Amino acid sequence: MALDRSDIEKIAHLARLAIAPEQTERYASDLSNILDLVAQMDAIDTSHVEPMAHPLHMAQRLRPDQPTESNQREHFQSIAPLTEDGLYLVPKVIE
Amino acid sequence: MQNKSIAQLAADLRLRTYSSVELTKHYLERIARLDPRLNSFVTVAADSALVAAERADQMLKSGEAGPLTGIPIAHKDIFCTQGIKTSCGSRMLDNFVAPYDATVVEKLAAAGAVVLGKTNMDEFAMGSSNETSFYGPVKNPWDETKVPGGSSGGSAAAVAARLCAVATGTDTGGSIRQPAALCGITGIKPTYGRCSRWGMIAFASSLDQAGVMARSAADAAFLLDEMAGFDSRDSTSANVPVPDYVDALDDGIKGLKIGLPKEYFGDGLDSRVAAVIQDAIKEYERLGAEIVEISLPNSPLSVPVYYVVAPAECSSNLARFDGVRYGHRCENPEDLEDLYKRSRAEGFGAEVQRRIMIGAYVLSAGYYDAYYLKAQKIRHLIADDFKRAFEQVDVIMGPTSPTTAFPIGDKMDDPVSMYLNDIYTIATNLAGLPGMSIPVAPVDGMPVGLQIIGNYFDEARLLNVAHQFQHATHWHQAAPAGFE
Amino acid sequence: MQWETVIGLEIHTQLATQSKIFSGAPIAFGAEPNTQACAIDLGLPGVLPVLNEQAVTFAVRFGKSIEAEIAPRSIFARKNYFYPDLPKGYQISQYELPVVGKGQVEIVLDDGTVKTIGVTRAHLEEDAGKSLHEDFQGFTGIDLNRAGTPLLEIVSEPDMRSPQEAVAYAKKIHQIVRYIGISDGNMQEGSFRMDANVSVRPVGQEAFGTRAEIKNVNSFRFLEKAIQFEVERQIDLIEGGGTVVQETRLYDADKDETRSMRTKEEANDYRYFPDPDLLPVEIDADFLARAIADLPELPDAKRARFQADYGLSEYDAGLLTASRELADYFETVARDSGEPKLAANWVSGELMAALNKTEVELDASPVSASMLAGLIRRIQDGTVSGKLAKQVFEGMWNGGGDADQVIESQGLKQITDTGAIEAMIDAIIAANPAQVEQYRSGKDKIFGFFVGQTMKQSGGKANPAQVNEILKRKLQR
Repeated sequence: MALDRSDIEKIAHLARLAIAPEQTERYASDLSNILDLVAQMDAIDTSHVEPMAHPLHMAQRLRPDQPTESNQREHFQSIAPLTEDGLYLVPKVIE
Repeated sequence: MQNKSIAQLAADLRLRTYSSVELTKHYLERIARLDPRLNSFVTVAADSALVAAERADQMLKSGEAGPLTGIPIAHKDIFCTQGIKTSCGSRMLDNFVAPYDATVVEKLAAAGAVVLGKTNMDEFAMGSSNETSFYGPVKNPWDETKVPGGSSGGSAAAVAARLCAVATGTDTGGSIRQPAALCGITGIKPTYGRCSRWGMIAFASSLDQAGVMARSAADAAFLLDEMAGFDSRDSTSANVPVPDYVDALDDGIKGLKIGLPKEYFGDGLDSRVAAVIQDAIKEYERLGAEIVEISLPNSPLSVPVYYVVAPAECSSNLARFDGVRYGHRCENPEDLEDLYKRSRAEGFGAEVQRRIMIGAYVLSAGYYDAYYLKAQKIRHLIADDFKRAFEQVDVIMGPTSPTTAFPIGDKMDDPVSMYLNDIYTIATNLAGLPGMSIPVAPVDGMPVGLQIIGNYFDEARLLNVAHQFQHATHWHQAAPAGFE
Repeated sequence: MQWETVIGLEIHTQLATQSKIFSGAPIAFGAEPNTQACAIDLGLPGVLPVLNEQAVTFAVRFGKSIEAEIAPRSIFARKNYFYPDLPKGYQISQYELPVVGKGQVEIVLDDGTVKTIGVTRAHLEEDAGKSLHEDFQGFTGIDLNRAGTPLLEIVSEPDMRSPQEAVAYAKKIHQIVRYIGISDGNMQEGSFRMDANVSVRPVGQEAFGTRAEIKNVNSFRFLEKAIQFEVERQIDLIEGGGTVVQETRLYDADKDETRSMRTKEEANDYRYFPDPDLLPVEIDADFLARAIADLPELPDAKRARFQADYGLSEYDAGLLTASRELADYFETVARDSGEPKLAANWVSGELMAALNKTEVELDASPVSASMLAGLIRRIQDGTVSGKLAKQVFEGMWNGGGDADQVIESQGLKQITDTGAIEAMIDAIIAANPAQVEQYRSGKDKIFGFFVGQTMKQSGGKANPAQVNEILKRKLQR
């Protein structure tokens, strides 16, 4: 599976990564090589196999509906890059 | 002091041969003197370590001490530690001090262990050589031109170089076992769900598992006794009773059935590595074990499957690093897109970005079935192989890694050849089984690891089997020159 | 050309839990920004979700209320996209295996016919936070208090054919979620948000037209107007030679129009996959039984019962079962008074009018159900006339005590003493000889004059039946 420049640009956008134009070729070749490795999977017929999402055959545990967390805003926001009036700030979002 | 086992250290601390503060200072001094050569620590937490050591000495005095009280340990820098930076080996978290402790950290603190610092690692645990760390590569104490393995390379090097008594690690595709093998120490990755993942920064959630890197199986048993157990904060934590791992160490292994998968001894395995592994198997035969040849027919596909499943999960797990609430944020973002794209491109290294992109690709519309779903199906086949094998045998053995440690820089330009390092370790993660690596005879002075794979929640047997080997041999006691 | 409208609704209803769906952070409306966002809600590194049992219980209750299948095994998936109000970069939702499968509800159309609307599925998911666009020196502020609030997304089949049907369906769902106590349904606070998928097609054509999705409508009136506008827009567009584009649109209530949301250059690719931090949710018979053990009578069943047991008209029964509180109120009045029809008239008439006029909620009504029942008993036993009863109601509403106290203090007791009424009538006959003459010469209509005079004389308190009887007797002489 060979990926080209425009594939990389598309994927990088989907993953929100700023890839410099001069890096694109390199990523295209690296990712293509990885996909070639992955293509070994094609050798196996899996039409009658159930997918396995999880190693353990357990069911989801349920938590009682009780509030257990108290306000730690100052603590959590002490590691935030930019806040004001208790809000996290991001460049203006236009809707 | 640095060559003593945890049992010996615990006994000495109780007899007041030396205090925990003295022991801690001893290790801090070794780190200060020797680690500049290895770069195995990202952060040394001398002040908080000494405070913890004093508290441990109080506990020892008042008789409330457990086996780990006052023992200096190190945490892989993937475990969140309140008050000590948790970088995950990434520029993204270079400024990140977690507002809470991981469950593993909490449990070991409660047991009285003293945290010397946080160890270096491949960025976000993605790598097999410790070269992807933002903090630079770790060097193998057996040969400083070689890699220590990864991703828990810092923990492996620190334990091998006697810079801490024991350390934590995590293993998603071999990240405890492979560096343990390359550094000549003992590493155990327990069954998926055995140790809580709460507070352990996620790489691939369905594969990640915390474990121990130690100089012996006995030391590992002491640590695992405290780390393992159910945690209600982790939905994937197993509510299965934890046996006493130390108690089980001395059980005999006569009649133990060892499976040797033929797929683990084929092309790609260094013949000298194969030879010392075979010698170790013969040692087990001498100890009364029975050898059974088995087959894990789908295991050659574990690397391709892993490089779909792990990147898919990582692409989603690492989406939270967006420069908004914590972590690296680019300067003067023009707009929201720019904030995301530059913060993430600056914060993540090349290997992490590769895996995020592969993950985004295999999950994207039109490719999901061909990649992700297909991989999950083969994952089922791989797990079934093991299930059949464990109907025949008690443990499975083989090499941990196809070669000894390779030179730093050798494989950085070739991701695929790097990935193939984990060819023997990845299948256990896909199946969720416990695995170990213990040192056997070296090749050209470089350590080699024997991998032991057990059935689900059979860690006690793994540690017992490893301990019996170490009882009969001395390979695990060897120390790299200059770090004795 | 004749056009047919096709509408499907997606309704996000906030579940009335105490804590969030995957964390122990509390849920209270209007808290200071980010004070109810814990480490899990903020998506800090290393945190993990654990599912709230009550959210699952609520979903099951809803499923049972619309006769839907409850999945014995359902899966949480991650919906991946970047947005600042989505801290983890993905929303935990259900994709391939939702907890609630196919179900249905019935709506009553204006002409009285009943129509069945299919519900495709209902799934659990977490809400996102809020972006505040007021100016913070060119920045947008992010409040993550709402992040992780449990939602049940209820997806309908494209079964509705007019804005009115869509509103009737939305109201029905709103009624059900409130009846079964899984949501407060508060639309101002965003607890009940509707997305409408709207398309048009020529009458007789089977294939659906291209649809537009109108996002985040939070009132029934706006829903109706938004769909109405959108339908006209699409018809005009097609008739003018254009084509409808599949897109997301917003309804602007001020301008009464929908407009396109600035579409990103690429279509969203959400890369759904099963969330590896969460395991399959298994709902066994025990869980199911516990979840629906205290499920109340549903609106449709209650309406049918009101018609059968109390002899109410379909209209009245519908009105009085609009909410569980109102139905309970009515039943108390009916039971305590023993007069269901009078009870229905009073509750839907006087009581509702007073509540509407004063904008008081039923649970804060100054006239309790037992007080109203007391009044009806006094009407029934003749203590107060139907006409003066309204005055008694007013007295009770204004804090004058129960019916007996108001009747007493305002002297509204009906006069039933025949002698007293006769004396009054005798005086009126004596004072109006001309009118008496007219009546006796056959002008029957003048009879009303005498009734009016008598009632006036008695201050409205004379028993009307007695007045009639005595007047007739006395005037005939």
